[in-house]
Amino acid sequence: MPRSLINVPAKAKRGEVIEIKTLISHDMESGYRPDSTGKTIPRDIINLFFASYNGVEIFRAELHPAIAANPFLSFTTIATESGRIDFTWTGDNDFSATETAQIIVE
Amino acid sequence: MLTCISFKTNTRESGHSNRTFGVYILASLISAASIPTTPAMGGEIPAAERKSGYEFMSAETRAMQDDDAANPATLWVLDGKALWNRTDGEAKKSCADCHSDAGSSMKGVAARYPAFNKSIGRPIDLEQRINLCRTEQQKATPLSFESRELLALAAFIGQQSRGMPIGVIDDAQTKPFIEAGRTIFERRQGQLNLSCAQCHDDNWRGKLAGAPITQGHATGYPLYRLEWQAMGSLQRRLRNCLVGMRAEPYVFDAPEYVNVELFLMWRARGMPIETPAVRP
Repeated sequence: MPRSLINVPAKAKRGEVIEIKTLISHDMESGYRPDSTGKTIPRDIINLFFASYNGVEIFRAELHPAIAANPFLSFTTIATESGRIDFTWTGDNDFSATETAQIIVE
Repeated sequence: MLTCISFKTNTRESGHSNRTFGVYILASLISAASIPTTPAMGGEIPAAERKSGYEFMSAETRAMQDDDAANPATLWVLDGKALWNRTDGEAKKSCADCHSDAGSSMKGVAARYPAFNKSIGRPIDLEQRINLCRTEQQKATPLSFESRELLALAAFIGQQSRGMPIGVIDDAQTKPFIEAGRTIFERRQGQLNLSCAQCHDDNWRGKLAGAPITQGHATGYPLYRLEWQAMGSLQRRLRNCLVGMRAEPYVFDAPEYVNVELFLMWRARGMPIETPAVRP
């Protein structure tokens, strides 16, 4: 399982705009680089990230070969209700990672 | 103002005796106004003028280092924390079995490394210290240099000293190795015939190919370098500079590297540890 890091505020006021930060370890091999023998290293990237808030998708991003290793994505959403936010990354070679954070909305 | 410095090197007599290479470097793309006085040549930077590489970075890169949730090096620190508690080797011991909580036992350790090791009879750096623990205490195989695991452990241990002033011990037995490091630092080498000091002592106010020349204080290693898109040790960074000077780099683990590391930490004495730092 790749190492990932999520930063969601533990508590928020209803209607407040909150910032969510995500970071995941991944080489993001572009598919254009040669190895030491001159052979092209096959592409191996994360190509999709999405987040859902109590089952409703709130953010989606497509990633491409030019994105650097260990992609850091941050976005904002409105705190509507207490519950969980799920994060999913999928990519080449059946790459898949998930992470969950809890939020309390008062 | 654009300054052109030319270095001429007489190569060894190999059929082309007296052949001269003219290597032209745009060593300083500095506007004359930014230099209040001509910096002293070959001199050490006074304590009041010492600046970490952090101060030469853009606001965005600084923000990345300042926020653990945005600092990619945190991924290695978390790996290091897991490795700290993992049993390994024939002794079936983890780092934590001897050193328990790294938060207290490793506090300040990175700030005084490289340090003299009595059994080896010379200074060793933090990575070598980790491998010594692995072979002697855990009876495990040493981790290879620049491996993810070794960088992770070094970053985790280094982070425990974050904010603490660097203070390598410069006693009588360590002094000769600091001086050996200084000799390498001040010696012209490579096809460009440059010394480390020419950039990092004498021309740190300038730029090289658009990027700031920093003072070269090793305050945040191992660190995440955006250019590498990965974590790297100080030895990797030194290798990088040597290749840039077109000098032959030492092999990883070489005593020469440790001497330079030791000299650099002595040179940065009193500056706070930033591990794990981010650099462009």
